[in-house]
Amino acid sequence: MAETLVLIEHDRQHAKRPSLHAITLARQLGGEYALLVLGHGLDEIAASLVSYGACAVLVADHPALAEPLADRYATVIVEAARKQGAKTLLGTSSTFSKDVLPRAAALLDAPMVTDVLAIEETDGSISYRRPINAGSILATIKVEGDRRVLTVRATAFEAPAANAAPCPTERFAFDATSLPSGMEFISREQRKSDRPDLTEARVVVSGGRPLKDKETFERLVGGLADALEGAVGATRAAVDADMAPNDYQIGQTGKIVAPELYIALGISGAIQHLAGIKDSRIIVAINKDPDAPIFQMATYGLVGDLHQIVPQLIELIRRS
Amino acid sequence: MKVLVPFKSVPDPNDATVAGAAASMPKSVINPFDEIAIEEALRIRERGEAAEIVGVTIGASAVDEQIRAALAMGVDRAIRIDDSRALDPYAVARILRALIEKEAPHVVIMGKQAVDDDSNQVGQMLAGLLGWPQATFVSKIEFLDNKTRARCTRETDAGLEVVAIELPAIITTDLRLNEPRYVSLPGLMKARRKPIEILSCDQLRVTVRPLTTTLSTSRPPKRAAGTRVDSVEELMAKLRGEAKVL
Ligand SMILES: Cc1cc2nc3c(=O)[nH]c(=O)nc-3n(C[C@H](O)[C@H](O)[C@H](O)COP(=O)(O)OP(=O)(O)OC[C@H]3O[C@@H](n4cnc5c(N)ncnc54)[C@H](O)[C@@H]3O)c2cc1C
Ligand SMILES: Nc1ncnc2c1ncn2[C@@H]1O[C@H](COP(=O)(O)O)[C@@H](O)[C@H]1O
Repeated sequence: MAETLVLIEHDRQHAKRPSLHAITLARQLGGEYALLVLGHGLDEIAASLVSYGACAVLVADHPALAEPLADRYATVIVEAARKQGAKTLLGTSSTFSKDVLPRAAALLDAPMVTDVLAIEETDGSISYRRPINAGSILATIKVEGDRRVLTVRATAFEAPAANAAPCPTERFAFDATSLPSGMEFISREQRKSDRPDLTEARVVVSGGRPLKDKETFERLVGGLADALEGAVGATRAAVDADMAPNDYQIGQTGKIVAPELYIALGISGAIQHLAGIKDSRIIVAINKDPDAPIFQMATYGLVGDLHQIVPQLIELIRRS
Repeated sequence: MKVLVPFKSVPDPNDATVAGAAASMPKSVINPFDEIAIEEALRIRERGEAAEIVGVTIGASAVDEQIRAALAMGVDRAIRIDDSRALDPYAVARILRALIEKEAPHVVIMGKQAVDDDSNQVGQMLAGLLGWPQATFVSKIEFLDNKTRARCTRETDAGLEVVAIELPAIITTDLRLNEPRYVSLPGLMKARRKPIEILSCDQLRVTVRPLTTTLSTSRPPKRAAGTRVDSVEELMAKLRGEAKVL
């Protein structure tokens, strides 16, 4: 039995680090928590999760779960939550959890709160703080009933320490023949990159509309990112114009990042983009328009043409 | 094939400023992701794959202007479920389920997220309630096997993914699916003659009560504007010295 069940995401090799941040909320909520991983061939991933202070690591390992199809995954997650008697089902915001967890919430007949930033306790009852309207407003939400599903913003919760005595891993058995079969996995784009993951990187360099085309984007944004061993991000405008792939998009409807250093090249600073970068420690903006809104929140602003400035910057970093 | 498109009326995201507060009350528009859903339904009909597009929205009569806009884009008929409460996504999903059971569409196409509450829940919840397959965050849709299945490309954190789903199913849209058309004058004229059906939750035999309530709202702390630097050298010096990030 566990009060809280935390869904852990992985890439077949490792648990995804941001997905562990939900454990930090599980600890704040109090009570016992179990971790749940789904997939096929999970021994090593499961073994890597035993020291996070959970009461158990539940492993749903089956060929039928080799690909994260929402109908099957939600069914198994809900069975696990029921067996544990969990009141809270928890995950970290990502396209994976956003696909699967609302479906699980409906099967559990439970409401859901997306993108929790913090919890507040008043008179023994817990409420949840979350951003709405592209992060321009913070709302405090109360949830009724005895069950709920939550996702957390990884950037708002610290990584949990892995220093607890190892807990048991348990195979979670379920009836694979009764799983839904209306969804079929066809393919996934295989793109290899030596750059760090956008949501985990210490440095992120992003480009906007004036980067013009794929080649220029890669040379300038990619070049500066490589000089700083950082990740590459983009605005919606850059992705729409095919300068960068969709998973580079940062913002309200893309990824949320909070690196030590965020460098915005030719980005105006629309509220939808700022929603994804606000919690970065240092923000640098390079823009030729001195009145660009991004300068209102950048730690350091440099007015000028990025086509001249960025090569100089790369050169300067390389030399030092 | 019958396509059902749920859409929500939201404050115009293009009116928002950096501070988040618009100069005046922003006008309402169709949620941009739902506009993309409507556009996709129109293209499916124009390819001859759909015979009818039904638009549905839950809200008070103030949303009639967005209903007219949807009809003007080319939706065949519209339904407004009259409910002026602050509903949460689960309540919206339960109401939509009742309507979908009545309308029996072959496919439901809707936005991945409403840009006011940013929940990203309703489509997936609806699929769960109906026991239907789902394809979320979709940037391409093709119908297969005599329209019994759809092949959908999804935008995920790790890049594009392709799934095939059996119909009926729920599909939620991402930004790259299409670019919605502008409403034309003849479209607007035609929209005036198209029917808007108004239903209540009672008529749909559904009782829902939102399980989440907003207790309070506040403005997030503002990030202060920092320093202007005049050269690449000065920037590097700041990043090394003051900020200590390099
Ligand atoms: C529903 C919805 C969701 C959205 N979601 C997102 C999202 O998740 N992420 C996101 O990023 N956007 C999102 N947007 C789009 C957002 O509103 C902006 O349109 C977008 O962020 C603008 O991108 P940009 O800054 O690259 O382009 P622009 O706004 O065109 O800005 C380009 C900037 O580059 C500067 N510039 C031009 N040439 C040069 C040069 N040579 N050197 C230096 N500077 C130069 C200009 O001064 C300008 O400030 C969304 C919009 C909507 C409606
Ligand atoms: N009041 C509503 N009426 C009709 N559809 C809605 C309503 N609220 C949400 N939706 C649909 O659900 C989608 C996701 O909304 P959300 O889960 O709130 O982010 C939206 O893009 C709409 O298609």
